[in-house]
Amino acid sequence: MKFTIGWLKEHLDTKIQDNGLIEKLTDIGLEVERFENLNSDLDNFKVAKIINAEQHPNADRLRVCDVDIGQENNVKVVCGAPNAKKDLLTVYAVPGSIIPKNNMKLTISKIRGITSYGMLCSESELNLSDESEGIIELKTTQYSDKIGENFFKNKNEKVVDLSITPNRPDCLGVRGVARDLAAAGAGKLKNISNKNIKKNGSQKIKVSIKKEENQGCTVFGSCLITGVTNKESPKWLKEKIISLGQKPISAIVDITNYVMFDLNRPLHAYDADKIDKEIIVRNSKKGETFEALDNKHYKLGDDMCVISDKSGVLGLGGVIGGTRSGTEINTKNILLESAYFIPRSIRKTSKILNIDTDAKFRFERGIDPQSIELGLSKASELISQICGGKISNFDIQKTDKYDKNKIKFNFSLFEKITGFKIKDNEIIKILTDLGFEVSRKKLELDLKIPTWRPDITQPIDIVEEIVRIKGYNNIETLEPEKTKIKDTLNKQQKLFHFLQRSVASKGYFETVTWSFTDSKINNLFKENLKEIKIVNPISSDLDVLRNSIFTNLTFYLKKNLDRGFKDISLFEIGPIFKDSKPGEQLTVIGAIKSGKVSRLNWNEKERPVDVFDVKKDVIQTLVEAGYDRKSFFIRDKSPSYYHPGKAGSVYLDKDDIEPVAYFGDIHPNIVKKLDIKTESLVGFEIYLDNLKENKIKLKDQKPNFEYSDYQKSERDFAFIVDKNFKAQDLIEIISSIDQNLIRSIKIFDIYEGENIPDDKKSIAINVIIQSSEKTLEESDLEKINKLIISTVETKSGAKIRS
Amino acid sequence: MSDIKKIKDEYLNKLDSDLNIEILNQIKTELFGKNGKISNSFKSLGSLPNDERKKFASDLNSIKDELQDKIDSKVQEIETKEINSKLENEKVDVTLPEREFSRGKIHPVSQVIDEISSIFSEIGFSVEEGPDIENEHYNFTALNTPDNHPARDMHDTFYLDKNKELLLRTHTSPVQVRTMLNGKPPFKIIAPGRTYRSDSDQTHSPMFHQVEGLHIDKDINMGHLKGCLNYFIKSFFEVDKIKMRFRPSHFPFTEPSAEVDIGYEIKNGKIVIGEGDKWLEILGCGMVHPNVLKNVKVNPDKYQGYAFGIGIDRLGMLKYGINDLRAFFETDYRWLNHFGFDPLDVPSNYRGLSR
Repeated sequence: MKFTIGWLKEHLDTKIQDNGLIEKLTDIGLEVERFENLNSDLDNFKVAKIINAEQHPNADRLRVCDVDIGQENNVKVVCGAPNAKKDLLTVYAVPGSIIPKNNMKLTISKIRGITSYGMLCSESELNLSDESEGIIELKTTQYSDKIGENFFKNKNEKVVDLSITPNRPDCLGVRGVARDLAAAGAGKLKNISNKNIKKNGSQKIKVSIKKEENQGCTVFGSCLITGVTNKESPKWLKEKIISLGQKPISAIVDITNYVMFDLNRPLHAYDADKIDKEIIVRNSKKGETFEALDNKHYKLGDDMCVISDKSGVLGLGGVIGGTRSGTEINTKNILLESAYFIPRSIRKTSKILNIDTDAKFRFERGIDPQSIELGLSKASELISQICGGKISNFDIQKTDKYDKNKIKFNFSLFEKITGFKIKDNEIIKILTDLGFEVSRKKLELDLKIPTWRPDITQPIDIVEEIVRIKGYNNIETLEPEKTKIKDTLNKQQKLFHFLQRSVASKGYFETVTWSFTDSKINNLFKENLKEIKIVNPISSDLDVLRNSIFTNLTFYLKKNLDRGFKDISLFEIGPIFKDSKPGEQLTVIGAIKSGKVSRLNWNEKERPVDVFDVKKDVIQTLVEAGYDRKSFFIRDKSPSYYHPGKAGSVYLDKDDIEPVAYFGDIHPNIVKKLDIKTESLVGFEIYLDNLKENKIKLKDQKPNFEYSDYQKSERDFAFIVDKNFKAQDLIEIISSIDQNLIRSIKIFDIYEGENIPDDKKSIAINVIIQSSEKTLEESDLEKINKLIISTVETKSGAKIRS
Repeated sequence: MSDIKKIKDEYLNKLDSDLNIEILNQIKTELFGKNGKISNSFKSLGSLPNDERKKFASDLNSIKDELQDKIDSKVQEIETKEINSKLENEKVDVTLPEREFSRGKIHPVSQVIDEISSIFSEIGFSVEEGPDIENEHYNFTALNTPDNHPARDMHDTFYLDKNKELLLRTHTSPVQVRTMLNGKPPFKIIAPGRTYRSDSDQTHSPMFHQVEGLHIDKDINMGHLKGCLNYFIKSFFEVDKIKMRFRPSHFPFTEPSAEVDIGYEIKNGKIVIGEGDKWLEILGCGMVHPNVLKNVKVNPDKYQGYAFGIGIDRLGMLKYGINDLRAFFETDYRWLNHFGFDPLDVPSNYRGLSR
């Protein structure tokens, strides 16, 4: 919403300075986005400095200059002036400028084979003097710190640009803004001069609002103005239109626009001679077409509110007019429309047809249904003043009366909501100034709501009006209470934060990526999950919700590899999506690691990252989070995006159905498909939703502290087992032999090759045996030794290696 | 007697010179070996008359001890020397780099969420969450934004179906609705999380983070709202004084509504929060609209309170001097390293929010 202070003062009698008014606007909820001079053609002339001037290769009298115009890059300008030389401060005209001397528009052009971006100006070209010999030479002392600034001072009037919230259609007109300011004590709202305009004869074109279900129009006012001479608008009107950031068209169009911005009262002017017999406001039928004033052809659906005549559709009511009945410069007779359209209908039609106009914007938010005649009066008066012509009586067709709505307001509600008190009389004054009809009944007010305020429907809205006008700075700042209703974080949230920092502490950089991703990459990781398409994606390569964290991680890993990084560890904790209903999402940690460990290290041998690096990270993380390593169970199953032989899954317990994590090498095909260039790529995922909550707090889980000081004994064994025999099973067999004696089992060597059959391998283990009751004697140890060997051999088919 | 004294003097003399371990061993043998001079002297004890024997024995013992001590100390001396010279040879260049360690980082968004949670925890708020995918009802209708409301246009919504029933939540406010539907007042929660709007430029990205706040009880008014936000902003920016401005605004789900600006100035090209005469909009808030309370089965005649929504990414940008919002989500390793936080840096009340 734009207007000049001068325009505002046509409605507001005030002595307050501009800046005071601007502050007041913001204070009452009409946010000022900008308050600055209207753009001027002369803004295109900038102070500039020639950085370098060289001879033009193809023309003796031309020079090619590098010019600093206060922006990041210098521009190249070809110049014929003899005085164009290095370090000269001068005036530069941006391409698109209108040169004052000849009113020519400057374009980017090639001059003898070299492209010139803009022009350096002489005094004569800027109409400053007749001096045309060379370009302007500006004084260094005065201009050296002004490079890039406008050379001419902008003398245009300052324009206020308000950002009006959707609840305030009344402030889409200057008068509404003035009313609010007056209520807030910033002046007095002027009366609208109610001169009796001369009206003669009846409006001869018959208007009817068809009675239909979903009729979008409830009031249609009109008048005929005959014998007009349409012309260019007078200066004052042109300036108003320009201050709105629009182009003046003709007096009739400009007047309807002006009244719309002045009173928030959209109008439409028809060329009366182009109307076929009568106006019928009705619902459209599917398939009807018309050409709108934006020169587009629209095909209508059912039940859109159209203004039509005997021949067909003239326009979409409250949205856009049509070309068939549009006014032109030679229009003689006009029919002026001032109507009320129902917001819901406007919104529906404009959404389907994708039309956005000033009128639509206003009707959709709610126009004052009682402003029909005011609009007709003001516009027809201006038209007859500027274009001549005779005004007919007004014809008002209506199907709804639009009486003022009433509400009761209890004074006490104000303090209950805002926490502070103001006097009853002040409340009454504020509401009266805002246009409410107020009558007091003891502790209550009977209020009639002004018809321009469709947003006000209940007492809480009245509280807002009062506190907004009184000022939010009156609200006290109360010290917050520290009482807690429940714990800040629940167990799952605590786990989230713990795991997040636990993974980061293992050298991974946390990242946050979009919840959506490229379907092409997503397909590589989605397994059997459903693809969830976004109907209106921001771009075609962010078209689905991610089914895996790896989609974005691999994408960005590649970007970082392309930046020259080699050994990268990244992770993200966040949602992945199973389906498109609320809640069908999982919280997952995804981590990937590329390149080598100890690359170019002077004392450690470098090696590619491998599955056991990520296995360590994932297991350590789970252990740190309080889960018991002893009950973990590893399976060699993993999703298909992992290497089939170098990946696994982690179960908190052998009997669990769902794994809590996967880890391993990323499938080489995927690495290849994504063109990821690295020595090795491994990763892991932790599914937080599968991590069982510990019912008992960790502090209560700990058993009593017991330890043994009796002597420990170590024994080494080497078993020859089938190649695909799992180490985990061997450990399980041994540890189940005697949990009281066997304290730890360590695998210290895996051997395949010489002396071992091709389909076998040797696993060497170290077992620590210790009793908590006595020092074990050689015979006890021998017994447990034998038991270990025999149990392993019978349960696993292994052979002890001798 | 004079013999053994002679031996003593002779050998003490010998032991004073610079010896190596071989010669020392030889001396040891010469003195205490089977036929060593001292050993032999002890053997001769038996042949002495009783009265001499006692004295001679005592002299001999003290000479033996003296020589033995001397030899021991000499051995020690040589050993120390040898060890020292050996250690001298073992010297390494300790200025060579230490073994590699890797240091991870926490993303600024996560850090800021932890900071926010820590601050609100102090004044009794708990953390709630909600789904990223919402239906039209929870995201709009229940929040007093019916289908034909122009405010819906201000949210450039991502939809997941043609009927526009399912969408990516455009704000964290649906968590208010879910929380209130699932519980009984009073409510005192914050809800941080991801939010989505189809908008992208330097200050907008299609995904961003918000934190929702909600406090509903019997007599919570706008003064409490102001106090809560004043406390939060001061704590978050870690300043004693904050210039804060409440401006009337409009959100369909609050009435009255406000936007909050904080004062700032630019010092040496950096934003300094809390001083200066410039205003920066940082959040929207208001008293929860009675229609919203009715929609979630809370009686608006009995209960009232406030809600607010703050852009988390923007808060982080202001506090930590980050200029481009989009960089938050671009996973540039250099950026993550530069703006990321050490995982051990857990924001808390007693250790301080930031170092």
